[in-house]
Amino acid sequence: MSKLILSRRRLIQAGVVGAGGLLLSGCDRLTRDPKVLDFLGEAENLHRVTQRGLAGDALAREFAESQMSPTFRANGSLAVADPVYRAHFAQGFSQWALRLDGMVERPLMLPLTALKQFPQRTQITRHDCVEGWSAIGKWTGPRVATLLDLARLQPEARYLVFHCADLYGGRPYYESIDLVDALHPQTILAWAMNGRPLEEQHGAPLRLRVERQLGYKHAKFVTRIEAVAALDGIYGGKGGYWEDNGRYAWYAGI
Amino acid sequence: MSDIAPPAESPLVPLAPPHGGDLVKRHRLSTRLWHWTNAVTLLIMLMSGLMIFNAHARLYWGEYGANFDSPWLKIGSARIGTHEYGYLQVAGHRVETTGLLGYWKDPDGTPHRRAFPYWATIPSAYSLADARTWHLAFAWVLSLGLATYLIWSLINRHIQRDIHITRREWRLRHVWQEVKDHARLRLPTGAAALRYNTLQKIAYAMVLFGLLPLMILTGLALSPGTDAWLPVTEIFGGRQTARSIHFLCAFALVGFFVVHIAMVVLAGPFNELRSMVTGWYRLPKERDR
Repeated sequence: MSKLILSRRRLIQAGVVGAGGLLLSGCDRLTRDPKVLDFLGEAENLHRVTQRGLAGDALAREFAESQMSPTFRANGSLAVADPVYRAHFAQGFSQWALRLDGMVERPLMLPLTALKQFPQRTQITRHDCVEGWSAIGKWTGPRVATLLDLARLQPEARYLVFHCADLYGGRPYYESIDLVDALHPQTILAWAMNGRPLEEQHGAPLRLRVERQLGYKHAKFVTRIEAVAALDGIYGGKGGYWEDNGRYAWYAGI
Repeated sequence: MSDIAPPAESPLVPLAPPHGGDLVKRHRLSTRLWHWTNAVTLLIMLMSGLMIFNAHARLYWGEYGANFDSPWLKIGSARIGTHEYGYLQVAGHRVETTGLLGYWKDPDGTPHRRAFPYWATIPSAYSLADARTWHLAFAWVLSLGLATYLIWSLINRHIQRDIHITRREWRLRHVWQEVKDHARLRLPTGAAALRYNTLQKIAYAMVLFGLLPLMILTGLALSPGTDAWLPVTEIFGGRQTARSIHFLCAFALVGFFVVHIAMVVLAGPFNELRSMVTGWYRLPKERDR
């Protein structure tokens, strides 16, 4: 009799564990289902429209020097292997130039020295990584809007694609923003960080700053800006390295 | 009941005084709907949140905080000789948590060095992007659900009638009596079981007006977009402080859940579950004094 009870108890235990396991694996399959994730990912549009509607042109918060991080963490690619980049690096980027082309009336090659001659913006802002950490640093560079004034966007241009010199996991890094962020006063191409020229690990010679979005939008090692009407057909078509390679949201304001 | 008689259409109080053993309508449809939507939503929010935490298993105070800064809480793994172990570190004190936090094995026996284990996260295998997709979509369900429920509960007077704590209930002697009754598991019976008791009201009020709004506000405070137009990050004392409060409130909600389930089991799980599904509740029989 006691054996019978024991075996029944075991049976129930096995049943509970089995059902739990099934439920868990069933739920897990659901949580990774691409169709489900695509559907839930649609919330990104809700985030973008809501945030943009409420924020307007509001500036990201700026900080005092005393509030800066003692050490600013570097993430993503910390160095670039590309031989052309290495040659420019060796020359202190004195012969280096940024290409600005695509849907513009006047494609430009902008030497780093010229970029430093434009009106400069310096801002102490908080860099928020998608992983959860933050660091506060000081960034200096010309506004992207200033460069666009010079190159004159064609009316069909909707996005700016930032091509980068680095490969991450063997694939070229890139990012894109729309004109709302491109024309925002705090959107700059920083060549200096904390009062010194950008270090390689932080994206020398130029790093995009889009202060109201998460860190992965702030492309490092920017070599070319391309104005486009749509993001389809550019690399993976989703507008950025992490957007293509991991379902990260293109709008990274939250 | 000490307060004046409520209007006859009140679903909570029938015309004749109810007795133990009576089947009474206890929970409104709005309460039941929100309860179950919220139960599912909070589970998804918690599990996807734990996966997001796994991307950076450290918490800080202040505006900034990254690997070079010192965290007040950290989950990690370390090795002494050949012994690898997981740990939870709070304010400099380490507790070994191998198998649960920091160092654990998946069902295949493969060791992982992530903070929270596979069975606690959405999805079970490391994916910050997928976890964010779940978390940020359901954040809308949580926020709009809470807002709708609170507004609706003000209109149908659920808050004023059932959650509001009267001056009599706030009296220390009354609260202490309830604490003693709960400790002896002498739960209300008969007509008294129709209303929430004071401890219950305090717990529900803390969740409704404290923890859930704090979860939403600290969540918003983490958004760099929101920080530009709403001073919420600043009010909490910085983004990393907001992230810490977000995490602490999440575990306070887990604590509420544990006590909540314990009370449901003690009060009679079938009757309690039926009342939250169908609305109908059988009043417990009066005790023989």
